[in-house]
Amino acid sequence: MALRTPLHDSHIAAGARMVEFGGFDMPLQYSTIREEHIAVRTRCGLFDLSHMGEVRFSGDRALDVVQRLVTNDVARLEVGGALYGVMCNEAGGIVDDVVVYREAGGYMVVINAACRPKDIAWMGDHSRDCEFEDIGDQVALLAVQGPRAVGLVSRLAAADVAELRPFHSMDTQVAGVQATVSRTGYTGEDGFELYVDSVGAPGLWDKLLDAGAAEGLIPCGLGARDTLRLEAGLRLYGQDMDENTDPYSCALGWTVKLQKGEFIGSAALTKLDSKHPPRRFVGIELQGRAIARHGQQVIAGGEPAGEVTSGTYSFTLDHSIATASLDGEVPLDAELAVDIRGTVAAATVVPLPFYRRPKGA
Amino acid sequence: MADLSNYRFTASHEWVRVDGSKATVGISDHAQAQLGDVIFLELPAVGAEVKAGAKFGAIESVKAASDLYAPVGGTVAEVNSALTERPELVNSDPYGEGWMLRLDNVSDDGGDLLDEAGYTKLVGA
Repeated sequence: MALRTPLHDSHIAAGARMVEFGGFDMPLQYSTIREEHIAVRTRCGLFDLSHMGEVRFSGDRALDVVQRLVTNDVARLEVGGALYGVMCNEAGGIVDDVVVYREAGGYMVVINAACRPKDIAWMGDHSRDCEFEDIGDQVALLAVQGPRAVGLVSRLAAADVAELRPFHSMDTQVAGVQATVSRTGYTGEDGFELYVDSVGAPGLWDKLLDAGAAEGLIPCGLGARDTLRLEAGLRLYGQDMDENTDPYSCALGWTVKLQKGEFIGSAALTKLDSKHPPRRFVGIELQGRAIARHGQQVIAGGEPAGEVTSGTYSFTLDHSIATASLDGEVPLDAELAVDIRGTVAAATVVPLPFYRRPKGA
Repeated sequence: MADLSNYRFTASHEWVRVDGSKATVGISDHAQAQLGDVIFLELPAVGAEVKAGAKFGAIESVKAASDLYAPVGGTVAEVNSALTERPELVNSDPYGEGWMLRLDNVSDDGGDLLDEAGYTKLVGA
């Protein structure tokens, strides 16, 4: 049976349509994906992300261990700081994409739910002499995202969370519940992610919904989370990258800091040409409304040129968008098309992200 | 709730309303709810022949793309052009404004298909 988050009963009571994701029974949608998507772009939305895994590294060796596990430079983090990066295997393939938080006593690494058993085993194998704890079951994660999210959470928080810079966090109380409040997200909007004890999660969920009702806050499911993250040009592990993908080949070279010293996968990554990796990750816009989906073939000049990694209909832009992994030899200016269930749809390469939130909003 | 006494349903969730040699075709409320936000419809051209039980088009939501199967055979007399710009009509009014095809030369009265009670039982509603 699928695992449940501490908010499972709240989702059922709210009439959510549930779906299995990453081993958890999760809300796909409460109203419609479109409505929830637009709420986050124009007002704010509340997400249960408690399926995400959290692992804590502590002790004197924590920095060395985490530094070896992830590609990004963890040493530059101050307490409260966070960064995005990937964990690679020895061949340079991506084991998972993660967010690393520097805490007073070590590091907390946030991992994908579907990767949790694999990651725990991998981290365990590479954590000698370091205290290492899977705290995923004790930690619930709620996200409040959208142009009104900062105002809403600020009103409920004991500390001035609006002062937090992106990818920074602080420990405080929100609506009386102890929380690590982080200026991060996966939607392309401003907002917070709140790490709380599982026991307190249902109470905080209800208080946020009550307090946010007047500002148009609604609960949002994984359906909207996926359309929002794709518009924002953010990757989804298992779909846009996997263990056969190196970071350069999915345009995550900026998370690879070879100069920091040796880490798992660094020898293999050093041998790659970061400017000309085996695959090229691009954003594409399609004519019309038909959706390009994961695994569909991309064609250049009548020849197979790669495949779609993620695709959706963009509710913000009102056309079909996708990301694709192209063979590294495909010319930058090639005319592309996608074979959508037998119909060839013309595609144009566009810069990522597809959507960037308005400045000052 | 719409009066569905004249509607007949397929196990693949299309409906048909037959009126003599003419018929109207769409998908059920259950089907639209399962699909979620409908984004795109691929429908045949006017004049095309559709065969009972054969694929006549496709419907895409954010979640999935599904083939559409004709409940009865006939000639396409009209395609709901409103769905090109507003495919969400399939979600908001599946038995009314969300219709997809009007057929002529329908020889089958849809009598072998499920009635409302039979369809409701099928989907467990």
